[in-house]
Amino acid sequence: MITAFFFRALDGKTWAVLAVLLGIGIALPLLSLTDPSFPLHVPTYVVALVGKYLCYALLALSVDLVWGYCGILSLGHAAFFALGGYAMGMYLMRQIGTRGVYANPILPDFMVFLNWTKLPWFWHGFDMFWFAAIMVLLVPGLLAFVFGWFAFRSRVTGVYLSIITQAMTYALLLAFFRNDMGFGGNNGLTDFKDILGFNIQAPETRGVLFFASAFALALGFLICRAVIASKFGKVLIAVRDAESRTRFIGYRVEGYKLFVFVLSAMMAGVAGSLYVPQIGIINPGEFAPANSIEAVIWVAVGGRGTLIGPIVGALLVNFGKTWFTSGVLAEYWLFVLGGLFIAVTLFLPKGVVGTLMARARKKPDETKAPGALSPIEASQAAEEGA
Amino acid sequence: MRPFPSRLAALAIIALTLFGVLRPAFGADLTAQVNALGQGDYAALEKAIGDLAATGDPQVAPVLDALSNGDLYVRKSDNAVVKATKSGSGFTLTDPVTGAALGEAGRSGVTKIKVNNKIRGLVRSATGSLTLMSADPAQRRSAAADVFRSGDPAQIPLLDQAIAKETDPGVKKIMTEARAAAVLKSDMGDADKIAAIAVLSTRADQDALAMLASTASGPDGAVKSAAADAVASIQGQLKLWEGVQNIWYGVSLGSVLLLAAIGLAITFGVMGIINMAHGEMVMLGAYTTFVVQEIIRNSYPELFDWSLAIALPLAFLVSGAVGVLIERSVIRFLYGRPLETLLATWGISLILQQAVRTYFGPNNREVGNPSWMSGAFDLGNIAITYNRMWIVVFALGVFAVLMLVLKRTPFGLQTRAVTANRPMASSMGIRTPLVDALTFGLGSGIAGIAGVALSQIDNVSPNLGQSYIIDSFMVVVFGGVGNLWGTLVGAFTLGIANKFLEPYAGAVLAKILVLVFIILFIQKRPRGLFALKGRSVEA
Repeated sequence: MITAFFFRALDGKTWAVLAVLLGIGIALPLLSLTDPSFPLHVPTYVVALVGKYLCYALLALSVDLVWGYCGILSLGHAAFFALGGYAMGMYLMRQIGTRGVYANPILPDFMVFLNWTKLPWFWHGFDMFWFAAIMVLLVPGLLAFVFGWFAFRSRVTGVYLSIITQAMTYALLLAFFRNDMGFGGNNGLTDFKDILGFNIQAPETRGVLFFASAFALALGFLICRAVIASKFGKVLIAVRDAESRTRFIGYRVEGYKLFVFVLSAMMAGVAGSLYVPQIGIINPGEFAPANSIEAVIWVAVGGRGTLIGPIVGALLVNFGKTWFTSGVLAEYWLFVLGGLFIAVTLFLPKGVVGTLMARARKKPDETKAPGALSPIEASQAAEEGA
Repeated sequence: MRPFPSRLAALAIIALTLFGVLRPAFGADLTAQVNALGQGDYAALEKAIGDLAATGDPQVAPVLDALSNGDLYVRKSDNAVVKATKSGSGFTLTDPVTGAALGEAGRSGVTKIKVNNKIRGLVRSATGSLTLMSADPAQRRSAAADVFRSGDPAQIPLLDQAIAKETDPGVKKIMTEARAAAVLKSDMGDADKIAAIAVLSTRADQDALAMLASTASGPDGAVKSAAADAVASIQGQLKLWEGVQNIWYGVSLGSVLLLAAIGLAITFGVMGIINMAHGEMVMLGAYTTFVVQEIIRNSYPELFDWSLAIALPLAFLVSGAVGVLIERSVIRFLYGRPLETLLATWGISLILQQAVRTYFGPNNREVGNPSWMSGAFDLGNIAITYNRMWIVVFALGVFAVLMLVLKRTPFGLQTRAVTANRPMASSMGIRTPLVDALTFGLGSGIAGIAGVALSQIDNVSPNLGQSYIIDSFMVVVFGGVGNLWGTLVGAFTLGIANKFLEPYAGAVLAKILVLVFIILFIQKRPRGLFALKGRSVEA
């Protein structure tokens, strides 16, 4: 049954995306391990950079799942991303062991520095990878569940939901800045040594991490496709386009929203957990509300409600950011980003991919594109219907 | 307990001092009297100290201090009294009164003036009396405060004299309290001590509390129980003052929140536009203040006290104009699409921040307080700074004016009409696009004048707006969208709640708790504290 669930999602376009992602995931690390004189050689820093973008793309994908298909504009997805990152960071911290500055076999350096004598209860178990891996899914998922349970049941929707998700990530930002929280305060977690016994700096490890990111993105895409292509996905789109109407027809809207919100939060958590070992640090700055909003703009640029759009958008915007901020134009990046926000909302409401898909829609085999109504028309319809 | 004669001597000194204050002191005279310190035995020394104290000359105090520290010597060549400090094998000499250098002397060239404990006590009383009897009330006040802290029972007679003579009621009160503190440490009778406790309990601050607490832990008896009662009463009063202080801090924070949120209450609350660039409007107002002050500083320094009054209308115009520009160029295409508005205005906020950063630089800019905004005054046991007080007044003033504009002017009427029912307002002949632009401009302009006020208490940097935007949204959503009274109540509620939590949870945790509270509150009442009733609610 589960295989059927996935097979239904596997149309030609999905196959193509999966093939491209896995292809890049294998090819890029291999090329980086070649001799520098090889014409197709890829420098290691490119692998690290693209690996980071793939994590962002997964975050964008998770935002698209809730925003593009369920109309929940979450301005707090960076919180789930960062929580996943912290779970992974805690595992990596425990792996440092006696190689830290204070050489304490149990306590990470910052705890010794703060004169703590024993490990806080929530740090137990993070010396095991499987435990950390479960936590990567469980912690963001649980937060999303509790938050969504209250919010959706009380029918907090639209802008109000956006604002309280922003308040949530802001509260977490403030909380993680406190040293008393036991997550390294301002400095966060860093100075990682190895993961599963492999040196985290080694090109081979980085290659594997890169592949893992590409694989996670491909898997995330497949799951999203499967969800959207199922009957469940159709109900989601109905909720997005006319929530009250769907409720009156007899669907429990809260349940649908809650499920997709939790799924999305877990995907964001996985993205964060793959991001941290590749970047080498996680600090409270990742909770900043601005990060969440930036993730939303990746989705908007690529085209929301397309699933491919957010991946393209995240890669495009972040390549642009790297290109701008590394040169003399660094000062103008915020102008470009700000302009992008305005231009996309005013002139390209369907995003790059969405616009291209709309042009190609005349072809007969493309009629299955999700959302007969564009999100914009839908929200207008919702306004009028109310 | 000090020997009785020393008290007698002290009384004598006081009598002489009272006389001496009126008499002008002459430098030559003083030198002769200082020289008298080195001319004989202890009895002569005591007399010389008495004579010196009798001059009432403030220059005497350091000389007597030097004597008590053993720094005064007699120069053998001319029997003059000098102040000497060891340097190598000899001494460096200075004049004890004027501090002028008098050259060097060998170890055999000078003799130390010997002092004993009795002399030291005498000197202490003499210097105390010199300042307690000083002609300057500020000096008398600080001398009395010194005695209060030391609580030296030997000073009681001195204080009695000083209290009898004191005319300034404020200084007299401190002297009475100082006397009470000294009585508590002396071995006077229970009746005296209980009277002293009564005096101290009216003071009701931490110092008095500490003093009484140590008495309350003493031997049993009437004194102990009186002190314990006084401690309890002071603790009660302190708790009350702490509450008052928390409320004041809360009101102060609430007024800041109100200022930051009130413009948003119009753009978001009344018009339904999610303006993420609202914080940047506040920032523009703050930078307008900076520019105005900069021009005033360079060209018209005498106008500095008026700088805020000049900046106020300018900030309103600058932010208001930017607001109208944003509304006409971006927001008007996005009505009915709140989430898109959110993203577009976020983009605008990034651009405005970076523009200010490029033009003014990324660092904090110095905005000064005019003289009438600096300083503080005491109200009971709490200190209130003028800038905080004026900001509370200002926030309430802005609120009142805004209420009047919305309720009592044709423009306000049109705004409310457009908010309530756009097509109907339009068919009545109201130019809704113009009203939209002006209302957005009004909200932005209010944010600009909030920036003028906030520039007085916060750092003026390109990030100024960012730090207020989330708080502002919280206030508006908590208070209830579309209701200015809700914003007022919301701002002060959140401000006071924050300040009451701070002593228990710390500043950051208090803020987190308030955020969590708002998140939970919105679950319960999704439309805020004062929800608008009617059809618009179901939108």
